[in-house]
Amino acid sequence: MALDQSFVGRTYPPTAPYEVGREKIREFAEAVGDPNPAYTDTEAAKALGHPDVIAPPTFVFAITFKAAGEVVQDPQLGLDYSRVVHGDQKFAYVRPVRAGDRLTVTSTIEAVKSMAGNDILDIRGEVHDAAGEHVVTAWTKLVARAAEEA
Amino acid sequence: MTAKIAYSDVEVGTELPARSFPVDRATLVRYAGASGDFNPIHWNERFAKEVGLPDVIAHGMFTMAEAIRVVTDWTGDPGAVVEYGVRFTRPVVVPDDDKGAVIEVGGKVAAKLDDHTVRVDLTATCGGQKVLGMSRALVRLA
Repeated sequence: MALDQSFVGRTYPPTAPYEVGREKIREFAEAVGDPNPAYTDTEAAKALGHPDVIAPPTFVFAITFKAAGEVVQDPQLGLDYSRVVHGDQKFAYVRPVRAGDRLTVTSTIEAVKSMAGNDILDIRGEVHDAAGEHVVTAWTKLVARAAEEA
Repeated sequence: MTAKIAYSDVEVGTELPARSFPVDRATLVRYAGASGDFNPIHWNERFAKEVGLPDVIAHGMFTMAEAIRVVTDWTGDPGAVVEYGVRFTRPVVVPDDDKGAVIEVGGKVAAKLDDHTVRVDLTATCGGQKVLGMSRALVRLA
């Protein structure tokens, strides 16, 4: 079923703030096996010019994807989430995410397409800190594979 | 931001040190917990096969996180990454044996841009097959 084109450009309300914890950053860095001290050692991060430990580049996806979930599960959009796969992912950083950030995400549907029976959804998530400053933008392309003919 | 690589020291074609990243079932369980992505295709073989996959597959975002390490290890400062994007072209299948899978990542400078920024093109393969496409990072050097 083709998705409704009228959703293109729709912006969802900002999410409640997510507070970035230093132990969560450590846990993520350990999970990807990355010993870079900028993720765990405040002094090392400061030596690089950061006010506190920073998060690995893809850390913020957990936050933006949760926000995108509100879009994906919008019953009016009618996307079959059980058939969704991740197509593309991109981030553009104003600065790295760091411990202590309180981040909100504002999601916008950038494009809705149908190709060979697949529904393709492009979602942009703008991430801002507590001061309202832009931190990072995440673009997520989701593909809902065509349902098999019964 | 203080990248340890100077813009003036790199040329188009400069290769970044390649890396191999092993991934087994324990890696995926740990990544699921850290990232909050508990999709069963990443830990439940029965479920993965039911939805038509050959076996449990790695999180695409895990592969994306590993691939950028070639860049962040090179620059020293992960904050030097200005932009990073990938296309997930093929899943990394992770068998339940004592080896798991290995993701091989390479990178080279593809363009020198303004403001001490370079574009690095990354390659990521598993078992000789490409798992990421259009994998590119913009990186601000010293």
